[in-house]
Amino acid sequence: MSIVLDVQDIKTYFHTEYGLVKAADGISFQVNQGEIIGIVGESGCGKSVSILSVMQLIQTPGEIVDGKVMFDGQDLLRYTANGAEMRAIRGSKMTMIFQEPMTSLNPVLTICRQVTESLELHLDMDRQAARERSIELLKGVGVPDAERRVDDYPHQFSGGMRQRVMIAMALSCNPRIIFADEPTTAVDVTTQAQLLELMKDLVTRQNTSLVIVTHNLGVVARYAQRIYVMYAGRIIESGLSDDIFNHPRHPYTVGLLNSVPRLGERHGTRKLIPIYGLPPNLINMPPTCAFLARCTEKVEKCSKEPWPALRAVGDQHYISCYVDIKGK
Amino acid sequence: MTAYIIRRVIIGIIVLLLVTMLVFLLVRLLPGDPLMVYMGQFSVGGSGTTRITPEEYQFLYHQYGLDRSLPVQYIDWLGKIFHGDLGKSVTVGQDIGELIAERMPRTAYIGLITFVIGAVGGTFVGIICALRRGSWMDNTLTTLANIGMTIPVFWLGILLMYLLSYKLGWLPTHGWTHPLDNFGKHISQIIMPVLAMAVGSIAGLARLVRSCMLEVMRADYVRTAWAKGLQERVIVVRHQIKNAMIPVVTALGGAIGMILGGSVFIETVFGIPGMGRLMTTAIFDYDYQIVQAGVLLFGAIIIFSNLIVDIAWGWLDPRIRLA
Repeated sequence: MSIVLDVQDIKTYFHTEYGLVKAADGISFQVNQGEIIGIVGESGCGKSVSILSVMQLIQTPGEIVDGKVMFDGQDLLRYTANGAEMRAIRGSKMTMIFQEPMTSLNPVLTICRQVTESLELHLDMDRQAARERSIELLKGVGVPDAERRVDDYPHQFSGGMRQRVMIAMALSCNPRIIFADEPTTAVDVTTQAQLLELMKDLVTRQNTSLVIVTHNLGVVARYAQRIYVMYAGRIIESGLSDDIFNHPRHPYTVGLLNSVPRLGERHGTRKLIPIYGLPPNLINMPPTCAFLARCTEKVEKCSKEPWPALRAVGDQHYISCYVDIKGK
Repeated sequence: MTAYIIRRVIIGIIVLLLVTMLVFLLVRLLPGDPLMVYMGQFSVGGSGTTRITPEEYQFLYHQYGLDRSLPVQYIDWLGKIFHGDLGKSVTVGQDIGELIAERMPRTAYIGLITFVIGAVGGTFVGIICALRRGSWMDNTLTTLANIGMTIPVFWLGILLMYLLSYKLGWLPTHGWTHPLDNFGKHISQIIMPVLAMAVGSIAGLARLVRSCMLEVMRADYVRTAWAKGLQERVIVVRHQIKNAMIPVVTALGGAIGMILGGSVFIETVFGIPGMGRLMTTAIFDYDYQIVQAGVLLFGAIIIFSNLIVDIAWGWLDPRIRLA
């Protein structure tokens, strides 16, 4: 299995009027060909910023200050954000599905126009060919009556249908990798499952890699092969999906799993334990572990030493913690 | 879309009817008697050469229909308008339809030039500022726009006249020449009135276009467009402008009203014999027939431009079209 994307130590900071926000502070992850990976964390932990940084879609006052994004043997961060090289990759080899299907499609353009523009730009199709291809793509993602609906406007589509359109757009130029930023957060649970199945099915067929960013560990555990858990701008645990879900080793991941019910679990057999406190303010972060204040497993070393780097605790399993909760 | 337009037209007609009622009542409820002003040099029942008897006064009062009840007068006036008869001026005795036909084209001509300059200039400045936000150019133009918006049009007119005519002597202070008679003179005479009125429109629109563009730039669908790898030029033209124009079109409709209102001042300042000045003199002379017809005409123009705005909205935004 070859590595498609190798993100190394990305640092994306936002220069806000309240101070420097280190939204992504040294994020590294790898994506293999045809692999589905999950990036999990609470709201505001820097998941979206990390993948937007890879595509260089960070807007002011944000700035990618350091890191490497190795894709096809080139470091994407050496290209200017909106230069020709980056534009040639965005939307064709590397695409993105956004969180809000309600606002991520342009309300004044027809679905057809919005799907065809990538095809015309990256695959040099003419209007007619692009239109026919759009209809095929819409059929492929399960939009009923696609021949007619292709001329509709986004407001005539339901949330789930709009997200199908977004998926069709993301797949249109046969990308090597697709980023899905909370793709199912805004739709109801049944639609969520349908969309995830659809995405899994399509990427498997095209041998495309998929990065799912979500706050729902349950969602990714089912589809992803590997999972990265983020907290306060850093990756704090990574490993195979099965290991993370069934044998978490970092106190935060353990807390995260203890706070949500599991499928198939009998009612009353396990008490749900919330993680107390709030995520830290990303301005003026302490040098120590950012989870320290909420941690139930802390030892003396935690408040004296800086936030530890990731260390291997098993085959492909890494945590950034002095404590290793093995067997708990 | 057709049903939408028909509904808008019907609403427009209803509003226009309400305007006629308001206009009619406003003028009638003012203190004073048009006939008394008209015969200002006469004195009813007095002595001397310009003597007018109460009988003669009563006769004229009856002839103009002023002795009938207000609803009857209103219906009568409205009926005549439907027949294209706007009445006769009380002071000059001229047919008001003819008077308007002579004056309105001048006002419309200057207004149209102002409108085009204001719309194009304002949109252009607004887009430039939005694309280069935070730059010295944006800051300068935004400050200028803030000043430009608050300057009263007649004050700017007089200031321009003082500077360009009195101090520098570049342009004539006032007057009107038909463009086909002497084009050079015509241009020199309309520069200042157009400039004085256009400044406010450019400034107001520039501010609005700038903020609308900035808002649209942060929209999720614009981020989607960036993620597709489109060029900035394509994103601005295809994805941003149409969305940003929806509130701007509303302001453009309002600009027409502003320009018509401004013409009342500016034509007086620069001595242009258009509708604006006709209205001003009619108000001072208590020529109620002209005031009524003029306000009605302006009202109709504004209602019509709002109708155009509504239709443009439907064209720009598919969500409105189907509503």
